[in-house]
Amino acid sequence: MTASTTERGADAGRAQPSPPPGRGTGGGGVIELAVTPADRRVARYAAAAIALTIAEAALPSPLPGVKPGLANIVTLMVLWRHGWREAAWVTLLRVLAGSLLVGQFLAPGFFLSLTGALLSLAVLALSRRLPRRWFGPVSHSVLAAFAHIAGQLLLVRLWLVPHDGVFHLVPVFAAAALLFGIVNGLIAAKLLESDNK
Amino acid sequence: MRPWLRLLRPGDWLVLLAGLAAVVAGVPLLWRAGTADLAVVKRDGTVVAELPLTQARKLDVTGPLGTTVIEVQPGRARIAADPGPRQYCVLQGWLTRPNSIAICAPNHVSLQLSGREGGYDSLNY
Repeated sequence: MTASTTERGADAGRAQPSPPPGRGTGGGGVIELAVTPADRRVARYAAAAIALTIAEAALPSPLPGVKPGLANIVTLMVLWRHGWREAAWVTLLRVLAGSLLVGQFLAPGFFLSLTGALLSLAVLALSRRLPRRWFGPVSHSVLAAFAHIAGQLLLVRLWLVPHDGVFHLVPVFAAAALLFGIVNGLIAAKLLESDNK
Repeated sequence: MRPWLRLLRPGDWLVLLAGLAAVVAGVPLLWRAGTADLAVVKRDGTVVAELPLTQARKLDVTGPLGTTVIEVQPGRARIAADPGPRQYCVLQGWLTRPNSIAICAPNHVSLQLSGREGGYDSLNY
């Protein structure tokens, strides 16, 4: 009984508004952007990635900047299923919207996230050439994770902490990149497993 | 564990090992405090000799009080003898860490191991 009430309530909320009168006839130079299925797909994946980012922001981390990077699971899945372009869209949308939602937009955290994302996408653009028979999502995940920390450490060295001492953190970040790269890659591979069945 | 391992393809293992190698290689490369490779001997503040810590040798340095004998062995150096009254520099024993120093103040002689960064003048424990 409760279930049906909520469903009806949800349906009422989702009722489509009537289209505004007089539009669509091209009278005043209206540009209509067609929404393709690919757009909807990207939006859905990006939403999932953003949700993961928010959830992860609640987890405490032992060292600033060391995060499991769960949203990368979505990036890996999109890369595997739909190619690099859509993965890039999903990733960059996630970085942008995620930073807005946690209140880090244009803060150093945002730039770190962006740099890491850009460099890992660049590496993924190269690594997607690897034959799928031999290299699964775990490979891409580990390679992208190392590229991610490399980009971030470079940004930190050049901008945030201009001192060679930051390189003392390399072994710690590399170990974290390896560990979380493997974990995220395995999770992505597990979720992608059902694709071939 | 087994169902997870099945998800790894042959190339994945390669990438894993490469990643592990990168992490392991990074540790000695980036976490070394710097190795001492030279024993720098100074008299009155000016460098008298820079002895590499590779071969064993002895060096005599003459100061106002007498001769300070410096002994170098592979990887370490010490003040073997000094004419000073309290013998602090001799009692310091072998210097092994980079940047460590032994000063024979009465004779104006000092012995320091070179080092890149950090380092302590002397550590006692």
